[in-house]
Amino acid sequence: MSLVVGTESTDSQPRVGLYMGNIAFNIALLSYLVSALGYTLYLVYRRPMVNLISAIALGLGLFSQTIAIGLRSMETGHGPYTTGFEVASFFAWVIVVVFFLTEWKYRIRDLGAFVIPVVFLILFYSAFQSREIAMIDDPSTMFWLTMHRTLSILGYAAFAIAFGAAIMYLIQENQVKSKKLGVMYFRMPSLEVLDDLNYKVIAIGFPLFTLGFMTGSIWNIKSDESFFSWDAMRTWPLIVVWLIYSGIFFGRLLVGWRGKKAAQGAILGFVTIIVTYFLHVV
Amino acid sequence: MAEANLILVGVNHKTTPVEIRERLAFTKGKIEDSVERLVGFPDIIEHTILSTCNRVEIYARVSNQDSGIDFIKQFICDFHDLSPMELEEHFYSFRNEEAVEHLFRVSSSLDSMVLGETQILGQVKDAYSLARDLRSTGLILNQLFEKAFSVAKKVRDETGIAERCVSISSAAVELAQKIFDDLENHTVMLVGTGEMAELAAKHLISYGIKTVYVASRTYERAANLAKTLNGSALDFEAFKSELHRADIVITSTAAPNFIIKKKMVEKAIHERKNKPMFFIDIAVPRDIEPEVNDLENVYLYDIDDLQVVVVANMHEREKEAENAMTFIRDEVTKFNNWVGSLDAVPTIVELRNQAEAVRKEEIEKTLKKMSHLSEEDQQALHQMSSSMINKILHKPTIKLKKQTQSQDGHVYLKAIRHLFHLDD
Repeated sequence: MSLVVGTESTDSQPRVGLYMGNIAFNIALLSYLVSALGYTLYLVYRRPMVNLISAIALGLGLFSQTIAIGLRSMETGHGPYTTGFEVASFFAWVIVVVFFLTEWKYRIRDLGAFVIPVVFLILFYSAFQSREIAMIDDPSTMFWLTMHRTLSILGYAAFAIAFGAAIMYLIQENQVKSKKLGVMYFRMPSLEVLDDLNYKVIAIGFPLFTLGFMTGSIWNIKSDESFFSWDAMRTWPLIVVWLIYSGIFFGRLLVGWRGKKAAQGAILGFVTIIVTYFLHVV
Repeated sequence: MAEANLILVGVNHKTTPVEIRERLAFTKGKIEDSVERLVGFPDIIEHTILSTCNRVEIYARVSNQDSGIDFIKQFICDFHDLSPMELEEHFYSFRNEEAVEHLFRVSSSLDSMVLGETQILGQVKDAYSLARDLRSTGLILNQLFEKAFSVAKKVRDETGIAERCVSISSAAVELAQKIFDDLENHTVMLVGTGEMAELAAKHLISYGIKTVYVASRTYERAANLAKTLNGSALDFEAFKSELHRADIVITSTAAPNFIIKKKMVEKAIHERKNKPMFFIDIAVPRDIEPEVNDLENVYLYDIDDLQVVVVANMHEREKEAENAMTFIRDEVTKFNNWVGSLDAVPTIVELRNQAEAVRKEEIEKTLKKMSHLSEEDQQALHQMSSSMINKILHKPTIKLKKQTQSQDGHVYLKAIRHLFHLDD
């Protein structure tokens, strides 16, 4: 990874943009926390108000984070693709965007309880990362880096939604199968809807992720490392992730893997992504 | 009107067997008759008659509660030619808050045979709108019933009282919806033509199922049932090879052994590329091998499983009913406060006290400056000022007492209190 981590600023003047950006970041972090707690509370304490507040908090969080990312990009002169801090917080941002799109399309009210806590944890993790600005030594590879990170993160965000839907599927499946119909049975959507959501987000996420993977390889070659000189520790986990999702994706199309298998796959895949993230990006 | 003098006299399924309830029922025509008679009775200020198959209740505002209750009991007996002796043990009667609470419970379906059923609210609404049309209700009962409707709606929306199915066939439909979501493009197959199976199938069809197959050992019965359900009949042996077409299978044959085995379902599910299947086994002895439930994407419920679901749901409704009661008690208190706010007397007393205080203060001020007046003259001035106050306040007092009986009476009270700074 040919990034040069530079010092924060060459001039001695404090950077107002970065300062404001940090404030916006903190607002976003807090809003996501409120939203995550709200959605979880809504699972138990069924008041439309709680759901509404969670959605508003999430919207506020997204807005502040957009400002935070925008301000930082103005300072750094490039998108949020370089440091661990930028990638993790951008990842959280994209999940929220994808979540809103899914909500809009599917109206699965409880999905938030399974996705937004993940968003909060990712942003919380990023808060502890160094906020130093990374310079890119070779602008010619910038395009490929941007493509690689954007596409991969879009793919990952789709997988995060699939993860939430998969957990809901397993809870619901367990209740119907065991014939012990608890509160969640009544509140969660049908198995078919959850399985369909799982299928669709992976069907969108998988090609994006694959493209991200390919552009990543190109970036790697362009930035003067040969195709074969990959760092195995960084690359192999990614291949594992790719294999898992291609298994889920093609398994459904060709062999009819659906329902529980698909849900278990989506959970395994996302857990692997989290592990991979630490190996690959950090 | 310190007390609303609300009473309720009635019988319901808990106190009275159906043989008597059916004789007490008021049809629409009978209600019209009885309203005509009750309106002529001056002690009954307002009333509403609620008559359903599980209850007959008369809600009324009366001038005297004891005689009102006796009168209504007598009236119900006379109207239906029954002896009061015969009915006395079945009647219950409530007054004021208790009557209010009872109506709130009834319309929220907490007093129903099946807790949380949805019919009763409509019946209460019908009874009330008929009473309104016949002009037998007034200020208090109008508010009481409107409140009862909003309480019922809130109970329905905010507790899970109506959330859970309490009949076998609706529990089965709900399960189908939790597996398949929209039932529209799904297929049901009936194996056997049992009555319960037919009922469940009809229920599923009413939720959108379009394709129905019926298989039975006697083809004719299958054909007949298929006709009623708008489906197609299958040869009994053919259903096994067609099994994969069905999303939902309902069995109800008299067969002594399992007719659907795990192997068979395994094959069907494979042919369906693992699309889920829902088996409902209503037959006793059972038709489907229980191990079928172990297959992935296959869900099997027998009659006992469904029964367990229904019983659990009923318990859940009972719990929710307790939650609803806390809410209802709050609403009863609020209603009571509203009734209290209609009371003109305290306002009139305060208004008079205020006027009297002003009069006294002013007359004393004046008399201090006129020490030459005799005791008699002073007395005359006191009397003159008092009667002025009385005359000025007389008409508004009468008017206020009258207006507080009308629909927007509380507005007058509020205006008076505001204009004369009675709350400062």
